[in-house]
Amino acid sequence: MEKLSLDNLEDFLRGTAFLGTGGGGDPYVGGLMLRQELEKGVDCKLIKGSEVDDNDLIVPIAVMGAPTVIVERLPNATSCIKALRKMEELMGRKATALIGAEAGGINGTLPFILSSYTGLPVIDADGMGRAFPELQMCTFGVYGVNCSPVIVRDEKDNEIIVNAENNLASEQFARVICMQMGTKSEIALYPMTGKQMKDTSVHHTCTLAYEIGKSIREARDTGKSPLNGIIDYFKTSFDKRYCKLLFEGKVTDLLRESTDGWAKGTVKLTSLTDSSKEMTVELQNEFLIAKVDDKPVAMVPDLICLVDLETAEPITAEAVKYGQRVHVIGVSVPDNMRTKQALDTFGPVPFKVYDKYIPIEEIS
Amino acid sequence: MQIGVDVGGTNTDGVIMSDGKVLVSDKKVTTANVGDGVFNVIKSVLDKGKISSDKITSVMVGTTHFTNALVERKKLQKIAAIRLCLPASDSLIQMIGWPEDLVSTLNPQKFFAKGGYEVDGREISPLDPDEINKIIDEIGTKDIESIAVNSVYSPLNSEMEERAAELISKKLPNVKISLSHAIGKVGLIERENATIINAALSKLAEDIIEAFETALKNLNIKAPLYISQNDGTLMRPEKVKSYPVLTFACGPTNSMRGAAFLSGLEESIIVDIGGTTSDIGYIKQGFPRQSAVATDVGGVRTNFRMPDIVSIGLGGGSIVRENGNKIGPDSVGYLLTEKAKVFGGDTLTATDIAVAKYNLDIGDPGLLKGLENDTIDNSKKQITKLLEDAIDKMKTSVEEVPAIFVGGGTIINKEKVKGVSELIIPDNFAVANAVGAALGQVSGEVDRVFHYSKLGRDKTIEQASEEAKQKAKEAGAVEKSIEIIEINENPLAYLPGKSVRLQIKAIGDLENI
Repeated sequence: MEKLSLDNLEDFLRGTAFLGTGGGGDPYVGGLMLRQELEKGVDCKLIKGSEVDDNDLIVPIAVMGAPTVIVERLPNATSCIKALRKMEELMGRKATALIGAEAGGINGTLPFILSSYTGLPVIDADGMGRAFPELQMCTFGVYGVNCSPVIVRDEKDNEIIVNAENNLASEQFARVICMQMGTKSEIALYPMTGKQMKDTSVHHTCTLAYEIGKSIREARDTGKSPLNGIIDYFKTSFDKRYCKLLFEGKVTDLLRESTDGWAKGTVKLTSLTDSSKEMTVELQNEFLIAKVDDKPVAMVPDLICLVDLETAEPITAEAVKYGQRVHVIGVSVPDNMRTKQALDTFGPVPFKVYDKYIPIEEIS
Repeated sequence: MQIGVDVGGTNTDGVIMSDGKVLVSDKKVTTANVGDGVFNVIKSVLDKGKISSDKITSVMVGTTHFTNALVERKKLQKIAAIRLCLPASDSLIQMIGWPEDLVSTLNPQKFFAKGGYEVDGREISPLDPDEINKIIDEIGTKDIESIAVNSVYSPLNSEMEERAAELISKKLPNVKISLSHAIGKVGLIERENATIINAALSKLAEDIIEAFETALKNLNIKAPLYISQNDGTLMRPEKVKSYPVLTFACGPTNSMRGAAFLSGLEESIIVDIGGTTSDIGYIKQGFPRQSAVATDVGGVRTNFRMPDIVSIGLGGGSIVRENGNKIGPDSVGYLLTEKAKVFGGDTLTATDIAVAKYNLDIGDPGLLKGLENDTIDNSKKQITKLLEDAIDKMKTSVEEVPAIFVGGGTIINKEKVKGVSELIIPDNFAVANAVGAALGQVSGEVDRVFHYSKLGRDKTIEQASEEAKQKAKEAGAVEKSIEIIEINENPLAYLPGKSVRLQIKAIGDLENI
């Protein structure tokens, strides 16, 4: 993908929902914001990470908050641009390109919304390769970029700069401020050089999102199974991901609870062909671990995606409902999301869902 | 005795019920002036049952008229939309993503103003009466008869919307006002969409209610009139005039409730087979399971309550092709009595198959001579498969559950299908929707964010339940009949004080039933 325009928007949005692995905030709102700008006739330029000069300033941006709040308190582009400008002021120079902190969900659309306002190109990369709920769960930080300073701000021009001792502390202080702002803030964080961006990002994730969305649509258009569209796509995709159908089933139980400030839950699925076979998917904003008959078949950070059985439209955790018939798809993540440092930050152990990480391709 | 009426796109059905029994029922054609169809069917059931109009204690009407008006873009009003939100939540303009023809029909005037609430109840900014008055003055110069007002987080606190409404009424006393908190739930855009649709329907609502009231007057019925809501409960005409959008989707709800009642079951799959489509739903405690996802109405995304149904292109008029290996999804629809073979037409329909298969006394079965047994068998297999797949989607477990078949197209299937423990076709199956309307109860609801840290979970739910019961009572429910039928807890991530969005619903019977 070289640019985002009205022509490829729907495919891209479908892909960001897929990469959201159930979370990342309602892509509907971000999609509408983006459409509203693109309809004015602008295209957003997408560049490769390698095209950026090593010494350039790169500033990731995001909207922080609860997905349930963002549907009332909409993300604000102007506030986000002001966060970017503040970061430039602190760093003493201008950013030359935009990059998203999170490729999945609503934050996947945000860099493009800003691009339509500022004319800055968007880098085809991000810091999560999917969606995660906290600021420290980011490859930028895993590989040494400091999350602070974090500019946390809102539409009223309340603007707080967090300088914390480490990335987890940055998350914790920023979260308190975010709540005070109404549980929705625009943030700029992880300021870095072009070189750092190249070394620490998950690359090509915008193109990946677009191509996932496109593979689903093209399969539908040609009468092929959209599920096979996705699986075939990953066989030939540019970064060679392992992709597998984990389960075909129907939602038979749904447990949601609030623990330690998280929206946690379990989705129970029963196989469509063998009613004694069950899958459980545990979620904490995103889908974290999928088990068949109590044995894990895929776990975080690998992607676990629920898609509609017939259309392969990705389903967010909030939209999961009883009786829904779904395919559960597992996709491997790039190597830099699977190192020890990465797994210590956003693997199954810190999420407390399993005692060690088993890559999806190693599970039979 | 109650009268239940269902005003559909093609037929207007009526029943008279007493002591939980259907005394008499009939079907008439829906007329261009919907009041005439209502008059005709009520007159017919009164005459048939030899019942005097003063014996009637209430009249309940379900209508799809408002939904149809939106879908057909007819009789809609020019509107203005005000969002109380600044300086927040202005990044999406009103009616974004709507079909263009609908936007141009409504020709909306759009405004943003200061106001709205945070999720924890604080004000985003105070309402500024001067600012609102300026907006009202501008609206006053345009030819606008209806205004939609939506404040951020109005489902948590409706005060600002109500204050804005007061200001509008003062300056523009004849303009209709739709407030979002009374219509939708959390989800700014979806709630606003529903509110704008409501505003656009407000003149039509007055006309329709007047037509219904005139029909009753001409029939010399003095009993109160109630209108069905989308969740199967009832509204008074005054409320419908303000909130017509709440009638959306009452059709499937009424037929499911009617089916549950006619069969005596509280939990079951419901299959409502019409002429063109079948709606498959699920009832629990006699009420339809609600859809959890956003619903599109006339191309507009909304979030108000709708029954969770699967619609398939299978009905009495479905066209049979490929030697019975393909049924529908297209149908001869209301032309069944002209086009179907048993009626002398040239199109093979699901009804023809049913007549041949079950030796039914419909039309002239002699006209089906030459219909191959193969075609009949293949068709029946296809019909069964279509029903089985749709029923399976609505079931939550692999265990078999009973299925109730209702609607005029019910004749096309008489066998138990896979996944179903028992197939029930109750008496009066063809008028289940009118029965459902007659059964309507009144409700009271609470839907807000509560903090369990203050009173604890049990005490909080108890207090909220009392509030819901009180609201049901205010709506006309007899106190001893009121019960809580739904408690939904949705924990809010990241919020302090164990914040939970509680949705509690109480229902009760009307007096006189």
